Amino acid sequence: MARAMWKASLRVGKEALPVKLYSAVEDTAVHFRLLHARDHVPVAQRMVDPDTEEEVADEDVQRGLEIEEGVFIVLQPDELASVEPEASRDIEVTRFVPRDSVDPGWYGRPYMLGPDGKAEDYFALAAALEEAGRFGIARWVMRGTQYSGALAPHEGRLALIALKPAEEVVSTAQLAPPGGPALQKLERQLAEQLIAALDAPFDPEILHDDYRGRVRELIAAKAKGKTVRFKEAPPPKVTSDLSGALRKSLQAAKERKIA
Amino acid sequence: MPEDLKRAQGRSIWSGSISFGLVTVPVQLFSATRRRPVSLRMLGPEGTPLARQYVCPKDGEVLSGDDIERGYETSKGKFVVVTDEELEALAPRRSRDIALERFVPREQIDPAYFVRSYFLVPDEGQTKAYRLLAETMEATGRAALGNFVMRDKAYAVAIFADEGILHAETLRFADEVRTAEDLGLPEPKVVKKKVAQMAKLVKQLSETRLKESELRDESTARHLELARRKHARGEDVVEAPEEAGIEEPDGVNVIDLMALLKARMRGRKSANGASSGSSPLKKRPARSSTRKTASGASARKKTTANGRSTRKKASASSSTRKKASADGRATRKKSTARRAARKTSTGRSARKAAAAAR
Repeated sequence: MARAMWKASLRVGKEALPVKLYSAVEDTAVHFRLLHARDHVPVAQRMVDPDTEEEVADEDVQRGLEIEEGVFIVLQPDELASVEPEASRDIEVTRFVPRDSVDPGWYGRPYMLGPDGKAEDYFALAAALEEAGRFGIARWVMRGTQYSGALAPHEGRLALIALKPAEEVVSTAQLAPPGGPALQKLERQLAEQLIAALDAPFDPEILHDDYRGRVRELIAAKAKGKTVRFKEAPPPKVTSDLSGALRKSLQAAKERKIA
Repeated sequence: MPEDLKRAQGRSIWSGSISFGLVTVPVQLFSATRRRPVSLRMLGPEGTPLARQYVCPKDGEVLSGDDIERGYETSKGKFVVVTDEELEALAPRRSRDIALERFVPREQIDPAYFVRSYFLVPDEGQTKAYRLLAETMEATGRAALGNFVMRDKAYAVAIFADEGILHAETLRFADEVRTAEDLGLPEPKVVKKKVAQMAKLVKQLSETRLKESELRDESTARHLELARRKHARGEDVVEAPEEAGIEEPDGVNVIDLMALLKARMRGRKSANGASSGSSPLKKRPARSSTRKTASGASARKKTTANGRSTRKKASASSSTRKKASADGRATRKKSTARRAARKTSTGRSARKAAAAAR
């Protein structure tokens, strides 16, 4: 049983559902330490004045904002405290939008919510969202940081996916698609058939990382004093005969399905 | 558009192809995420933007990228050293191609899997296969799944088509996402009457679309507002040298990402459609060219000597809280070369640090 990071009150209209918040991310990365190559001692980090290369102690570090190129405004601790978001235990859901109106580019870190009382209401909200095909848009302040997020139904429970700030995301709506000569009907048909031949439901189990496994194998091998060889990947080829390539692929995909 | 929004990372991050069946679409990847326009920086007592430095705790030596290696701790204090070459050797062979192995209904991909967003831009005016794939995926409501390798790291990726544009979302691997079971959440118990109540509530608060204005970064906005007020009053203003962006990775080009992408989608090389032959990316001067020149002790020593004189001047002139801009400008000019030299150590080691987690 995982431990909750935070306890909160999920507020929707006049409802207040007590919830526990968990990180939905498991850290599976292979973590390396940086070592000094000569003596294999883990390196230390420090903040220095780049002009003098002298270390600046934590208590002497100031915070500042680069307001224009090369111009910094120092913000004093009391000033920073004055603009900090007000601490709160509320996750406030302000509205519900169709789930496909949230572009994947907005998604940030995912969290899971678990019921912490009023479980029937919690599961009912998850079921209602699933049925409506909608996500809630939520705001909350956690550990001094203001978040926006999407409240999403997930396997009968509720997930809360942080959303990136608007300033950081470029959406497709802001761009014009590439142009060119009209596509032929035959090409469209073949492409549709090919996509249909490769159609499958989404199964997260196919998302697996061979690479990390190999890194772990490498470490194990090196501990015994072995090495690995490297081969360069070939450059990509451009498809010139589009419908020919589509037809051949389709044939290959069909044969795979029969076999 | 505010000036600070124009600063974005605008270089192609990866260039290769996507393939479905035997059809190959040459593409370049561009980040769909802009760098946070402003963020709080750490400054010294005199307002100098600070740099991160790596030192050996044993002999106190300041370390540059070449002095640093990567080690995996097998037991306390015992490390297996792993080199860049060895890690590169582990990258899968098809590293320049994203093979689309299957197409799934796009709404089935759980949002918990999404990590980062990239635009796929057709390469060298080869737009036909690109448009065909985008159009068909959009018409069928499908997203494509594949794997690829970028900067020696393997990624699972979902490719989406929206309004004729392909974008790639890197995905977490299955073992990186905790399920309700992993967390030990209770089994759903659905009470129909309650669901009806909640459905009513959801309906009452429903809107047709997501407003981007709701997703503003208010915290940064408040910091910025505060800083602007102080700037207007001339309070706590520090003019730092031009090359203050020390924490940026090397070779970052500064450009309006949107203009660049717009131009590239139209198949143009240049962001503003201007002079041919010139790069669409405005290069920051005194970076890539000087990066390689300074290495080792002599450059560092010079840095220190030069830096001291500047500092003395700065601290003699005034306190931090009010510093005349003229003084700052003088500091700026002197320090350019010195900064370029310093970047060798900080930049490289920072990159290695970033690559330390695999």
